[in-house]
Amino acid sequence: MDWISPRALNRLGMLNMNRRNVDYIARYNERSSYPLVDNKLKTKLAVAEYDVKTPKLLQVVKQQHEISRFREMAEGLAGFAIKPAKGSGGKGITVITGRDGDSFVKASGARVGASVLERHLTNILAGLYSLAGTPDVAIVEDLVESAPSLARYSHQGVPDIRIIVFQGYPVMAMLRLATTDSDGKANLHQGAVGVGLDLGTGKSLNAVQFNRPITLHPDTGLPLENIQIEAWDEMLEMASRCFEATGLGYMGVDLVVDAQHGPQLLELNARPGLAIQMANGRGLLPRLRAVERLKRPHFTPGERANYAMKNFASL
Amino acid sequence: MNSPSRLPFYIAVFLLITAGISLAIWRHAELGIPWLTGEQHPVWMVEARVDFNGSNQPIVASLNVPEHPPGFRILTEQAASPGYGFSIIDKAGSRRAEWTKREVAGPQTLYFKAQFIPDPGAEQTPPAQPPKTRRLFWEEPQATAVREILAQAEARSSTPESMTRELIRLMQPDTRVQNTTLLVSEENYLQLLVNMLNHSGIPARTADGLKLEDARRRQQLTPFLQIYNGEKWLTLNPKTAAQGIPEDLLLWRQGSESLLDVVGGDNSEISFSILRQTIPALQLSAMQSDGNGLGFLSFYELPIEEQSMFRMLLLLPLGALVVAFMRIVIGIRTSGTFMPVLIAVAFVQTTLVPGLVAFLSVVAIGLAMRGYLSSLNLLLVSRISALIILVIFITAGLSIFGYQMGFNTGMTVTFFPMVIIAWTIERMSILWEEEGGQEVLVQGSGSLFVAICAYLLMSAPLAGHLTFNFPELHFSILGLILLMGQYTGYKLSELRRFTPMKVYD
Repeated sequence: MDWISPRALNRLGMLNMNRRNVDYIARYNERSSYPLVDNKLKTKLAVAEYDVKTPKLLQVVKQQHEISRFREMAEGLAGFAIKPAKGSGGKGITVITGRDGDSFVKASGARVGASVLERHLTNILAGLYSLAGTPDVAIVEDLVESAPSLARYSHQGVPDIRIIVFQGYPVMAMLRLATTDSDGKANLHQGAVGVGLDLGTGKSLNAVQFNRPITLHPDTGLPLENIQIEAWDEMLEMASRCFEATGLGYMGVDLVVDAQHGPQLLELNARPGLAIQMANGRGLLPRLRAVERLKRPHFTPGERANYAMKNFASL
Repeated sequence: MNSPSRLPFYIAVFLLITAGISLAIWRHAELGIPWLTGEQHPVWMVEARVDFNGSNQPIVASLNVPEHPPGFRILTEQAASPGYGFSIIDKAGSRRAEWTKREVAGPQTLYFKAQFIPDPGAEQTPPAQPPKTRRLFWEEPQATAVREILAQAEARSSTPESMTRELIRLMQPDTRVQNTTLLVSEENYLQLLVNMLNHSGIPARTADGLKLEDARRRQQLTPFLQIYNGEKWLTLNPKTAAQGIPEDLLLWRQGSESLLDVVGGDNSEISFSILRQTIPALQLSAMQSDGNGLGFLSFYELPIEEQSMFRMLLLLPLGALVVAFMRIVIGIRTSGTFMPVLIAVAFVQTTLVPGLVAFLSVVAIGLAMRGYLSSLNLLLVSRISALIILVIFITAGLSIFGYQMGFNTGMTVTFFPMVIIAWTIERMSILWEEEGGQEVLVQGSGSLFVAICAYLLMSAPLAGHLTFNFPELHFSILGLILLMGQYTGYKLSELRRFTPMKVYD
């Protein structure tokens, strides 16, 4: 058994679960704002007013009888994603990348008929994937085509960028790459690769999988050292804007880079995980405290993103 | 990082914890509720037996019974006398047990039983107003003798106590002079002493004491002398003039004129049997809490059925404490926050090993069946409902199977909360599908570990004793849990999880 001493963790400024819950989530996140992030549909509508782009909404299925209209809607579409509005951790998300005659091609390459998708919609409505098993609605979104510069690193799934935003300041970021272990999902605890990103430049720092440092992607074999996220400042500003949209003081913003539409918001998370610190090799606490110490916070998202880029990379 | 607004919180938590502990200490001191289980206290059981012959007349038998015997407290009183009306009558200064019956013939026996707890602190209450002396008219030549003896005693003494002592000494056979020989005869010695003391202006009376010895039968009372010294009644041995009451002496009668009056019968006799018993200290304090101002804080007055329910309920906070500690400080992952506590409660009823076997087999069979259910693609509510029914089938099957095989422990399965088990199976199954078998193993064994810890704590006799008899200790538990809610330090598991960070240190 290998241990790290609490003193070393303190030196590194590692944020831990209890402190995250008590000092940050409980203190800075209004309970009433939670539905806004726990429900993807509400998130979409809320951030739209703040110029944060999300994948185009194709259809909302709220009632069982509306499922019949899904078939008509899906008729002319090549790719789309079906998501439960209240799902968490990527549960219940079905991604269709193309058509093969009458059947749909899933991201994994499997072919399914329309009836399978309809049953999936029924399951979503019944609350199979929602947080507390409560009835849910299904949303059908445009398929995100990941920008090829990033897509090649990821196995199957779309790579996304998780940015922790504290009081509107982006404080830490990482790139999440799906692996076979993670079954195409971008969740670190399921085995996705987390690549820490330099907040100042958008360049990769180091990478971890299952909490262990790695240098190559386990499936694609590509080196993870010199990844550069394009339009980095734009992304940070976009993440920063979500603060105004939701009012959540401490949240995780998940962005993707679409080949055609540029950065888009995938979802928000009111209880972002701690693994991002391992991917960065840095603790969150120094940056969080720097924001708490600010006597005159910046008012615009642009200013905040700038401040973060200048100051936090070195903390 | 602590903002000042947390200070009141910490003060409140501190108050909660200290309130719980100090209330417990106070009740321990006041009510004598023992800290440990199995503490025993000695109790004297005294049985007074009254015999007389009835003569076809209505009868009233009246026996003086102790009211506030110094050095003892009365725990219970009861009378055994078939066919008799019985009541205890409180008259000024004396308590009497009274038996009544219309037609009585032949030899009769009445019993009066009482339990006494030695209590060095128990003192008799001083009389509301000082007793008066009764002056007696003495005939000559006794009057002169009395006067002279009293003068002699008075000359050698300064207080009522010393006066009495001197008088007793003068009346003893070896110091007797002519005057005393004239007065004293064997039968009237004590009464004479009382009369003389009263004559000299010291209120005096007789009292009867019972020497407490284990397993004695047919004991008689020993007479004692009591004088009033201006503040309280003092008890003296009329022969040796030794002041005070020996530790093993129970003053059965004091202050009342007669010990036993039987109207309508003859040949009345009284004798005593004594037995030393021990009763659990807990039972003792439960009995005493009746009528005590602090008694309302305890559960002793509830019906037994509710008491046993509370016994169980009051253990739950301990389980919650264990769960909070394990999750917040140690960082053990469990499936369902308080599932372990409920499992632990079931373990308390089934005992550990049979409970563990039963629980694991139900969950394992349930998981296998749930696998089939999940392939049916059912809606959540009906899937859970089906699972609950399946769980009931499984438990019923296990019980019957176990019983037929000769294991009575199979029956204990029924103690497990069915709905909780169904949800556990559901969660485990979803976990299996989403995160794989390893996570199921981690969370499952985490839950079981926490449940076993909670069980070990809850099933400790001391824990049950303290939580039930000192319910105020739950304030302290609440305080501890609140305090843990503010713990922002690293969990033990995080020290392991963040180990790779060593490289960056």
